[in-house]
Amino acid sequence: MGGREANVVLLDENGIRSDGRKVNETRKVTIKAGVLKNASGSAYIEFGGNKILAGVFGPRDVHPKHMSNPDTGILRVRYHMEPFSVGERKKPAPSRREIEISKVIKEALEPAVMLEKFPRTAVDVFLEVLQADGGTRCAALDAASVALADAGIPMRDLVCACASGKAADALILDVNNEEDQAGQADMPIGYMPNLGKITLLQLDGVLTADEYKKCIELGLEGCKQVYEIQKNALREKYFSSGDKD
Amino acid sequence: MANLSIIDKLKRSKILDLLQEGKRIDDRALDEPRPLVIDIGVIPHANGSARVRLGDTEIVSGIKVQPDRPFPDMGDKGIFMCTAEILPLAHPSAETGPPQPDVIELARVVDRGIRESGMIDLSQFVLEKDKSVIGLFADSVVTDHDGNLFDACSYASVAAIITSKIPKWEMKDDIPVLIENQESDAPITTIPISVTMGRIGEFIIVDPNIDEWGCLDARITITTNSDGNIVALQKGGSDGFTFEQLVKCSELSIAVGKKIRETVKQATEGGQ
Repeated sequence: MGGREANVVLLDENGIRSDGRKVNETRKVTIKAGVLKNASGSAYIEFGGNKILAGVFGPRDVHPKHMSNPDTGILRVRYHMEPFSVGERKKPAPSRREIEISKVIKEALEPAVMLEKFPRTAVDVFLEVLQADGGTRCAALDAASVALADAGIPMRDLVCACASGKAADALILDVNNEEDQAGQADMPIGYMPNLGKITLLQLDGVLTADEYKKCIELGLEGCKQVYEIQKNALREKYFSSGDKD
Repeated sequence: MANLSIIDKLKRSKILDLLQEGKRIDDRALDEPRPLVIDIGVIPHANGSARVRLGDTEIVSGIKVQPDRPFPDMGDKGIFMCTAEILPLAHPSAETGPPQPDVIELARVVDRGIRESGMIDLSQFVLEKDKSVIGLFADSVVTDHDGNLFDACSYASVAAIITSKIPKWEMKDDIPVLIENQESDAPITTIPISVTMGRIGEFIIVDPNIDEWGCLDARITITTNSDGNIVALQKGGSDGFTFEQLVKCSELSIAVGKKIRETVKQATEGGQ
């Protein structure tokens, strides 16, 4: 966070990044749907070194009651990091950063979920970061979408997410922890491919107007790759018995 | 959109009707921010201060500069921190108590815009590496809420920082000692300006007032620096933007930001 160190080689002379990836390559992403017994829907994602569990409850009664809305259901999201998920122990209570991320993830999911079908109820999404490795908000959003779909909640589209950014003067896809710390810009993007809508967008770091455009375009490519993995995770759970043999 | 009250829904249809004729509810052009008035030096006890009125939104921002311990991994840099708070007298809906997520977001977006622009050269704030540094704290309070607190707080913080005076400390026996009457100007490298835009239907409007704010589909805050580069961005609200809309927003933020930067410069000149 702000510690822009110059002593790590983020991009070598062959255009290869510190973890061996090309500039337009994402880390390995695996998603499994339906991993928890009690939750209405759930998903587990590994996005590079990120390991995140998503659990969805609802639509269910709203407590406290005054939060409920007679016209529509409400979505509540809690993004939370375990104390052991990062280098130095993180205090367990939600930090201001986690509260902000919870809010941006909620606002990224809201356009996708047909909450108006469930007035006076709440859909709760719990996102637990077991291990963090840069880009947790995108990975958490990816898992949240799959968990919502797994819960059988009607959706207009899956929200897929991936970050793009800038390090060693090159635009890069899927910024890892090292590149986030020492790079020049980090831009998490959440996207609904079928509707062509960008529902999560943040940036810190310096970009020219032209780089800004290219950075979004690059990020959207990553989002689309993740989208396929999300759909496969759902297929695997719900259609695998029919597909195999 | 989903959580609007009846009044907001009525306002929304009125505002949308007007936008279809190219008009806004307060007669501004779509890309026109409200009048910006900046008074500097309003709090003599602070090391720098500003009162900003953006339309009827009013912010008071004060700077405190004091020695502090550096962050463990940043011993060669001073500390910069930005906060924002909505005072209970600012709006009937404002409450006391722990900050709600929207207020936390407000403070973090204002902080991020200034921090990521590198506005303050924090390497000049080191008294003794890894031991003692200078901290600059920019605290903003909302005294009247008429929409778009992001930009109003950002302009107030930036104006207060530009006009702040940094006292001088020297290390004696591992303790920073204040040297009287040796203040210097703050080490400013660039002037970050945030521009917040809202989307209602297909229309993008700059600097939404509180009526418009209540019925936005989505909003976006883009901060640019003196070179016209984008340094920070935050999308908010319960819907999204298309790629084309985002490109338009970036162009608006650069053009509008340039004009506002001139206003901030003029208001803070001579205050240094």
